[in-house]
Amino acid sequence: MSESSKRIELSDLSHVFRGAAFRQMGGELTAVDHVSFRLTAEPPQIVNLVGESGSGKSTLARIILGLQRPTSGSITYCGKDVYRLTGAEFRQYRREVQVVFQDPYGIFNPFYRVDRIFWTAIKKFGLASSEEKGRALIEQSLAAVDLRPEDVLGRYPHQLSGGQRQRVMLARVHMLRPSFIIADEPVSMLDAAVRVLFLNILLDFKERYGMTTLFITHDLSTAYYLGGEIMVISNGRIVERGSTDDVLLRPAHPYTQQLLSSLPVPEPEARWHEMLKLTEDRATTRGRTRARCLFAERCPMVMEQCWEQRPELVTVGPSHEARCFLYGAEATEANPSRVLATGDERK
Amino acid sequence: MVNPSLATSPLHTSDSPLLEVENLQVFYRTVSGLARAVDGVDLTVRRGEILGLAGESGCGKSTLAGALLGLIRPPGYIAGGRVLLRPSGREPVDLLRVDDGTLRSIRWRHLSYIPQGSMNSLNPVMRIVDQFVDVMAEHGTASREEARDTVPSLLQQVGLGGHVARMYPHELSGGMKQRVIIAMAIALKPDLVIADEPTTALDVNVQRVMIQTLAELRDRLGVSLIIVTHDMAVHAELVDRVAVMYAGKVVEVAGVRQIFANPRHPYTQGLIGAIPRVGGERKRLEGIQGNAPSPRDWPTGCRFHPRCSHVLPVCRSEVPIMRQIQSGGAEKQPDSGLVACHLYAAAGSEVSA
Repeated sequence: MSESSKRIELSDLSHVFRGAAFRQMGGELTAVDHVSFRLTAEPPQIVNLVGESGSGKSTLARIILGLQRPTSGSITYCGKDVYRLTGAEFRQYRREVQVVFQDPYGIFNPFYRVDRIFWTAIKKFGLASSEEKGRALIEQSLAAVDLRPEDVLGRYPHQLSGGQRQRVMLARVHMLRPSFIIADEPVSMLDAAVRVLFLNILLDFKERYGMTTLFITHDLSTAYYLGGEIMVISNGRIVERGSTDDVLLRPAHPYTQQLLSSLPVPEPEARWHEMLKLTEDRATTRGRTRARCLFAERCPMVMEQCWEQRPELVTVGPSHEARCFLYGAEATEANPSRVLATGDERK
Repeated sequence: MVNPSLATSPLHTSDSPLLEVENLQVFYRTVSGLARAVDGVDLTVRRGEILGLAGESGCGKSTLAGALLGLIRPPGYIAGGRVLLRPSGREPVDLLRVDDGTLRSIRWRHLSYIPQGSMNSLNPVMRIVDQFVDVMAEHGTASREEARDTVPSLLQQVGLGGHVARMYPHELSGGMKQRVIIAMAIALKPDLVIADEPTTALDVNVQRVMIQTLAELRDRLGVSLIIVTHDMAVHAELVDRVAVMYAGKVVEVAGVRQIFANPRHPYTQGLIGAIPRVGGERKRLEGIQGNAPSPRDWPTGCRFHPRCSHVLPVCRSEVPIMRQIQSGGAEKQPDSGLVACHLYAAAGSEVSA
């Protein structure tokens, strides 16, 4: 495996949960619906995956981590199917792809000191030949995430704050130097003041060590802060993708537009003027056919076509795609005013 | 439809404060010592205003809300202070010193509560309407039959259809359940509603509807609200004044525009400066270095001094008092600009930090 070819590629990946629990949805729930994208180590990038609860973003993370075999489609690492790797290859994959989960309280075993998180990794991957070298490695990694060893080492997880615990996980990532970080809502349980410290470390990791991050979040402002690429996922489908500037400043899909206009902003001068009405409750829309635009019932610009056919991603700008019938091959040029109609309603 | 609250309209508040909190202390006895969760809080809520209570996790904001509602249970206890509520049509009461019977007559009728994660506080085996009737018959004056008839109109006030009354909680989405709780909180037309993290863990569209619904309560019904949330963007969208808590104390109180445009306390500055914003300038945000202190061992002097970038020698030894800061005449309310910070020691005059 040459350095330049390190990549994770998802093609036409779907995951359908089946069982009695989904009876009212026709016996199955499509969590991930024909998703394709690629994460490359060269050049290092930040890819934001943004969606609301239930959009399938965490299922995608589990699939990428090798925890949940997808029901169809494939995920490959450097061209090899992740779910068909040999033991040694999978070990290598597990080293190259590290994860930071949402809950900084749930990932530590409360009976062991924090140090164990590091020593397990050192032993498993043979990172240090001696105790002193291991210790030096740990201290170096803690320094990289702005933690002092004396504040962390020898302590039990409950003695650390949430922000410290999440940074300990980043220190472990730093020690392993993976090519990829899968971060599943890593800051949603952190306070605002420590949240940016965590995000800044992720940005540093990309610049200094060339780590590529898949940042999964529900928070558009966080995604904007990190920059890079963004994919907006809804009902298991990627509905829009492009650079964070394109997608968040010039959103094309009505779903993205609505998300952005409903985002509370820290500016008392720019409060909402229009009342938003939730047109239809989601509970009543489940179980219908998926061969249509799944945003149709909530879309202010819905057309006949949207109910009848599954939209595909179409190009709306340079490396900017949206899954919407408003943008046909010719519609983009011909009728741009229609797209801008629901722009910013704030004063 | 234009919503006055959301358009930051001028306030229609009368002078006599609805709620006055004086030197409130709430401690917890723990195996590792006394935790001073709320340690000397002074606060005023005016009639018809929406007060935001901001701060990070562990700063004592939920404990403060609990104390106002008489919900502190051992190992927690009220260590001191006074909470004076002036309900409409009744004598003022000190909520910390009333007997259980009086407290019962105040709850729901004058003071109600929207708990954190409130959508999970509905009884799963009762129809919505029956849950309303239980509350209204117990705490109000109406009979069960009269109460039953008013439920659909209450639900309509929060934008739900009257048919929701006959449904069970599992038939409703999270946002609908949360609005049911809001409707229940205002069923007996209370003077004050305390909402603890009312929008946390909701998707943005639902969150926006919640914020609008709460704003409407004030605009249409004149209900005063205390909104407890760590999310500064929610404060910016909804509240009139913000009280910022740090380490068991209120460190700054000011109008919401003042807080966001010109925060005075270095902690507030850090908090405001740490919020990323879509479309904002692409630059590194600083955040606040260090960790929140432990309520078992607050730092001496100003409790923020170990994390403060403007720290002075006096900050380590002396507890800063709340000072009123004049803010150029626009706001003349008695507590429109209060800050507890040694940087503003030149009394009454504003020091730029």
